[in-house]
Amino acid sequence: MTAASLLRRLLLSVPTLFGVLIINFVLLRVVPGDPIAMMIGPGATPEDIQNLRQIYGLDKSIYQQFLLYLGDFLSGDLGTSISMRQDVVELIVGRLPVTLELALVAIAISLVGIVGLGITASIWKGRWPEVLIDVFSGFVQAVPDFLWALLFILIFGVLWASMPIFGRMDLAVEFDPLTQFYLFESLFRGDLVVFRSILMHILLPALSLALPLIAIGARLLKSSINESMAQDYVQLARVKGFSHFRIVVSQAFPNALIPTVTLTGVQMTFLIGGTVLVERIFGYPGLGNMAIDAVINRDLPLIQGIVLTFAVMFIVLNILIDMTYAFLNPRLRHD
Amino acid sequence: MEIIATKGLKKCLVATVAVAATYLTAPSGVIAGDKDSLTIAYHVSVPAWDPTTGLSSVNPQLQSIYKSVFDQYIDQNPDLSFKPGLLTDWGWNEDRTKVHMTVRSGAKWQDGKTITAQDVVWNLNRASDPASGNPVAGFIWASVGDFEVNGNKITGTVKSYTADYFKWMAFLTGYLIPPHYYEEVGKEGFEKKPMGSGPYMVDKFERGSYVRLKANPYYWGGKPAIENVVFKFVTNPASRIAEIESGSSDLTLNIPFEEYDRLKDKSGLAGVTTPVSDIAMIFFNDVEPFLDANVRKAAVHAVDRNALVDRLLKGYGVPLHTLEAPEYTAYDPSIKVAYDPELAKKLLAKSGFSPSNPVELTIQTTRGYLPKDYEIIQAIVGMWRKVGIEAKIDVYEVAKHYELRAQDTLAPAAFYNWGNSVGDPQDSTGHAMFGPSPHSVWDTDDLDGMIGPLWGERDESRRIAGWKKVSRYIADNAYVLPLYQQVQPVIHRSGLAFTPYVSNFILPHTMGW
Repeated sequence: MTAASLLRRLLLSVPTLFGVLIINFVLLRVVPGDPIAMMIGPGATPEDIQNLRQIYGLDKSIYQQFLLYLGDFLSGDLGTSISMRQDVVELIVGRLPVTLELALVAIAISLVGIVGLGITASIWKGRWPEVLIDVFSGFVQAVPDFLWALLFILIFGVLWASMPIFGRMDLAVEFDPLTQFYLFESLFRGDLVVFRSILMHILLPALSLALPLIAIGARLLKSSINESMAQDYVQLARVKGFSHFRIVVSQAFPNALIPTVTLTGVQMTFLIGGTVLVERIFGYPGLGNMAIDAVINRDLPLIQGIVLTFAVMFIVLNILIDMTYAFLNPRLRHD
Repeated sequence: MEIIATKGLKKCLVATVAVAATYLTAPSGVIAGDKDSLTIAYHVSVPAWDPTTGLSSVNPQLQSIYKSVFDQYIDQNPDLSFKPGLLTDWGWNEDRTKVHMTVRSGAKWQDGKTITAQDVVWNLNRASDPASGNPVAGFIWASVGDFEVNGNKITGTVKSYTADYFKWMAFLTGYLIPPHYYEEVGKEGFEKKPMGSGPYMVDKFERGSYVRLKANPYYWGGKPAIENVVFKFVTNPASRIAEIESGSSDLTLNIPFEEYDRLKDKSGLAGVTTPVSDIAMIFFNDVEPFLDANVRKAAVHAVDRNALVDRLLKGYGVPLHTLEAPEYTAYDPSIKVAYDPELAKKLLAKSGFSPSNPVELTIQTTRGYLPKDYEIIQAIVGMWRKVGIEAKIDVYEVAKHYELRAQDTLAPAAFYNWGNSVGDPQDSTGHAMFGPSPHSVWDTDDLDGMIGPLWGERDESRRIAGWKKVSRYIADNAYVLPLYQQVQPVIHRSGLAFTPYVSNFILPHTMGW
């Protein structure tokens, strides 16, 4: 991907974001659920209700509300959360790193799993490891990420209580972070006690998110490697006397990566979407967990902010995938 | 050579995994189980800390946490009766045109500063100010004003009489925050580091995850027995069960009754169930077919409340016939509506309906929001079908319920849970059934004519008698279908002295090991 094409992609993402902004705004005001109706206490009078509408700017027409929202958005203001009474940008900035860290660990686990299982299945093609990996992939694919989360809670939280099943770190561990990237920060600082606590807490949610991706990715990688194994350059490597292991790893694997990266990239968007439920189940204080609270409370400014953030994350992720694709396939670098 | 390398790699991998597993699964600092601390796996998280304004201030489920950090003007005993909070004395004058209050001497904010009568007045004025965002500013808090301070005594003038004014001082939004601190840090600063005068101080708050509280050394009620309290916000019931079962938390609540029955018999755990101030009910709307009294009465007589409680709730519920629970001031045990399906059939027959020619209607319910909500409605629909009422179930989110109720556009029948932790009839039967209230669904002149004068009734015994009469009238005319009083299941670690509250509060300062 050249700088020009990257710039083109970035420019194209502007109308995409604007579309998300409009749809998001209109949809939230059309679907049932009025935040003020949820707020009024037993003794509230019509004047109380009208007053609350005024305070939250919901007494204006949708058109007026949108213009105000757009003006604020362009100046970097996403409004104030109705339920949390805090600046939406501040809330998102506080939670986004938590979700990003979880997603990154999940992606790292996925990549290790995909490569490990994909290569293993190809090396032992037609033998029991391949069968085992196929069965594993089929089973894992059939179970959604949130069910894995519940299963892990049952296994590691109850039956064999060996892993933490709630939150981000042990409450007894003192840590005064500078950023919200606790895991990376504790590692960078060399604070291994904190690092261990955070790692332990992130493992199960990350594994719940990673498993479905591993299943899909490993299957695809295996079949891509198998396809590559029929190519002429592999035959040439065999003639040269390369071992089967070396042919798979050094010849077929790099060429099999392109379709795997494409599909895995698309699946990563599902992984990020999956953080919503998984964070909720593990009480992980990320953006997804906050999104559910925002929806329950019909916190319109906060929902809008979170949806926009997810949209930006998906756009960035897609651009990154395209860049990786170009990196892996030299022919695309000059398109 | 390659085989040797592979074997070496395998050994290295196994060793790495073993070391990592040992390192990661080694025990680390644990809070639950420590006698100086208490960890509660709580079912909701705290979105905002100001207990007097905004959405959170009227969320009954947050009151336990708010009550741990902030004082109320007036406090409550476990049985809903009232006791002094920051006010040690309160009342009306003879003709109920003035109120008087006495502020507790020596009480302090959590920064050690003395709580003055001026502080209390600042809070009362703020609560009544529409700009503050108090959701009940107009009806409750603005009903008394022009406060005057004399030492620790406060007097105020009644602007519009409301009999439950003082009860609201122990209810939603009836909390005090320190004026000097709030004015210093502002609204956002207060949300980041809240301060009150309650038994615990906020030590650390991780939004969406937990709040850690420390005993308040200045608390007027004496330092709590448990020094450190953590409310973990575990919103998923399965995770709450795992928390208590694994020993990560000392107490949890709001779990399915089947799980409660299993856990209470487990070694090291104990269980408590308490009927609480929440009433499961079905709103009837004054639209067809419920404008026909025969259909309404049949719909009520056809429902076997005992069967619902026994079979679906495993006995964890108290069947009710009015919107007043036994602990409420205007509860009248003599009001009963018989379960009589034969009578229901006869009533429907009078209006030309039968099981072969049923009257059709829609009933709305949430699914999973309340214990067995959908299953309860399914059972009721089955009971109705037997007598000649064919109901279609419409499942919606509770947010939609609130919106439709505020617009008075609910279906003819809608399942709901009405909470009233102060037990005054105005706050259950009153707001639920008085037509002009934004919360009522049934809206007819006959009932409004009965309820209307009670709002201004200054004689307490006449007022309560009046509400009992209203409850009987509602039951006779089947304007609503009260079902049962909810029961709160609490599981805690054995050895924890837990005090259950009818108001559904989980109050760490009342507990001890």
